[in-house]
Amino acid sequence: MNSNTPGTGDQYLTFMLAGEEYGVDILRVQEIKGWDKVTRIPHTAKFILGVINLRGAVVPILDLRCRFGLGKGEFGPTTVVIVVRAGSKEGERTVGMVVDAVSEVYNIDMAATKPPPDVCANADTVFVKALATVGGKMLILLDVDRLIGNSIIEEALAGAAAA
Amino acid sequence: MMNLDAEMMEIAKVFFQESREGLDAMESGLLGLDNSTDGETINTIFRAAHSIKGGAATFGFSEVAGFTHGVETLLDDMRNGRRPVTAEAIQILLQSCDCLREMIAAAEAGAGFDKARIDALNAEIAQLLDQSTTVTPTPAQGGAVPGGAALPGTGAASPGAAGTGWRIQFEPVADLLRLRNEPTRMFAELAALGEITVRADFSRLPALDAIDPEACYLSWDIELVGNIARAQLTEIFDWVDPGCRLEFTPIGSPAAPAAAVAPAPAPAPATATAPRASAVVPSGVTVQRPAVPHAAVAPVAQRSSGESASIRVATEKLDSIINLVGELLITQSMLAAFADGLDTSKLDMLRQGLSQLARNTRELQESVMQIRMLPISFAFNRFPRLVHDLSRKLGKSVEIKLVGEHTELDKTVLEKISDPLVHLVRNSLDHGLETPQQREASGKPPSGTIELAAFHEGGSIIIEVKDDGAGLNRPRILQKARERGLIAPDQDLSDEQIDNLIFMAGFSTAEQVSDVSGRGVGMDVVRQNINDLGGHVQIFSRAGQGSTVRIRLPLTLAILDGQLVRVGREIYIISLLAIVETIQVARDRLSSVLGGSEVFRLREEYLPVIRLCDFFDIEPDSRDVEDGLLVVVEADNRRVCVLVDDLLAQQQVVIKSLAANFKPVLGVAGATILGDGAVALIIDVRDLIRAAVQRPRNINAVRAA
Repeated sequence: MNSNTPGTGDQYLTFMLAGEEYGVDILRVQEIKGWDKVTRIPHTAKFILGVINLRGAVVPILDLRCRFGLGKGEFGPTTVVIVVRAGSKEGERTVGMVVDAVSEVYNIDMAATKPPPDVCANADTVFVKALATVGGKMLILLDVDRLIGNSIIEEALAGAAAA
Repeated sequence: MMNLDAEMMEIAKVFFQESREGLDAMESGLLGLDNSTDGETINTIFRAAHSIKGGAATFGFSEVAGFTHGVETLLDDMRNGRRPVTAEAIQILLQSCDCLREMIAAAEAGAGFDKARIDALNAEIAQLLDQSTTVTPTPAQGGAVPGGAALPGTGAASPGAAGTGWRIQFEPVADLLRLRNEPTRMFAELAALGEITVRADFSRLPALDAIDPEACYLSWDIELVGNIARAQLTEIFDWVDPGCRLEFTPIGSPAAPAAAVAPAPAPAPATATAPRASAVVPSGVTVQRPAVPHAAVAPVAQRSSGESASIRVATEKLDSIINLVGELLITQSMLAAFADGLDTSKLDMLRQGLSQLARNTRELQESVMQIRMLPISFAFNRFPRLVHDLSRKLGKSVEIKLVGEHTELDKTVLEKISDPLVHLVRNSLDHGLETPQQREASGKPPSGTIELAAFHEGGSIIIEVKDDGAGLNRPRILQKARERGLIAPDQDLSDEQIDNLIFMAGFSTAEQVSDVSGRGVGMDVVRQNINDLGGHVQIFSRAGQGSTVRIRLPLTLAILDGQLVRVGREIYIISLLAIVETIQVARDRLSSVLGGSEVFRLREEYLPVIRLCDFFDIEPDSRDVEDGLLVVVEADNRRVCVLVDDLLAQQQVVIKSLAANFKPVLGVAGATILGDGAVALIIDVRDLIRAAVQRPRNINAVRAA
């Protein structure tokens, strides 16, 4: 997983979710916007909150707390939507993710990161690209493509994390 | 075919597109050529062929170029009156158009094509050329051509056989300059290859007062010294009219005397004294040869993909958009100026600016929508050819009339309507029109007519396929429908109802399956396709006088006339086209059938009721039907009632894809953005009906998934 970027400092945008800090590749982030009302979509999973109008495009909104089973959070003034672009076989999707708050942008040396442990209390480790340590804190770096692809297609996760 | 890099491929795309247009022009020209030989028509066809040849050579599609060259030569003879325009020649040329279309599609897809067919056509063209009275047959001719005859030519083309120089005798046609060929440029290219000596021959130059300033009277004798392959020379003269006299003779090399003494295979057939030789043996072909055998297997199936990728837009449409964007910017800066010194006294001006903005935006939207609109002639133009071929095959005499070809409709609709139209026209030809004998027997002119007409009516486009044939055979249709159990044996139907039975699934009147129609694709598929586009189709027929199929289609798929409906706090949109009526009902007119599904008795019919709140899992205002409204919707000839809390406004909505960033959702056809910026979902009426027709439990099953 980290072989293609040895020793380079990749930039990650980090955000808070139920007290934990997560990171996504900043190149995947299109924009950050405030939380706004969504239009619910029938016949879809609970963690898909609905769709919003993003300058004329209809963009689905994913509740990351709900997706990771972290319990319902209150939508407060720091609640934001991180709009990311995720690749898939069908092409690129633009999807918003609701998070508790945006935190920092870090330079992370991928060579120094650790793969997620095989045994984890929560089964969603396939979405975790790596664990990084910055200033004594642990960051959970997410694989955006898998996270979005799996969330939208809602298929059983294909096998254990190959990474 | 040849591998082009990405940049070249971009340019090549334009060539592919233009070639297709050129072929269309050739085809319609050839069809118009049938009887009277009009010089201008042949010229048009010739020019189209010429540019395809030139373009193909430029991009290295030498097989296309080579093949076109033969076609071009044939056309050139016709153009110059050296050859009569015969039905046979036209037929071969039409087939060549088909062949070229496939070759071009293959070149575009990087696939192979039907080599045998090209060879066969090449041989036919060669044979035709052979019969020529004015041109002496050349050594490389006839059946031997496609296979091995190209090889002697290459012998000369290979660098080894090239001498240390060439003598080029170039005697162009008078039209050289008018055909946009520039001899000095060619000489400059030659000069780049080696040391050049050019001698001009002024002998044909007339007196000054007789000179046509645009004509070319000169001919040249060129000596070029250097180790140059013949192919390099032919490439430079590639674009030159085949009527020119062009001779290449190797000089100065040790091999040259030998070649001169014994005009053996190398220089003799290769010289361009007889352009006909190169017509069938393009020197470039051999270069490509190794690529052919393995590529020849794959047939070309991707023809349609290339056609829909881009769109040609009339310049005035673009200009209008640019104008509007300009106005929009002015309005924007006007509004920005207000924002600087904002005070209440300027409120009126602000309001004025905003209304101007609204108008600009609306106009801009309309203009942009116009880009997608294309004249229906794009779909109609293939029919003269189709009718020409089919009527020959069926032994019927048919005239085709196109009316309203300039009627515009959305590109997507246009592309999807082509196939159903082909089917309808084939049906008319095969089943509708009678043979000349039958027609004369019933007192009609021997030649039948098929008319394709298009016109606007309200927000729709109407396309009609009319024939003056025998009309539908109602007793037989009725009998068939009863045999197949499509209608009850004692059911009484009006004439119109009988006619429209032919659109039912499982119905085909063709008594024997012919090559033309009745291949299992019935009229029900035609109706299905048209329904998919949000349109509908009807047939009118009068015995002995012919029938008319009338198709009504929405102008565009991007915009829909919608009815906003509210359930609880959510707003959905139902297409107005699908809504039959809306009614407020008394509680007792709703009855429940086994398992809790509800039906509503509307006049003589029991219609299933779908509560939108249940289907979409919404908290409604009230579960009492008397508080809500029943919207009767129809699709695929089925009706259901949809219970909603309230009807809101009707408005045109722009359809947005939900699947682009998400995925298709059951019961939802798409989304749109309302005036307040919120997203509203458009209901897929067919999904709804399908769900209602199945057991209602399934809706829950789907939802749980």
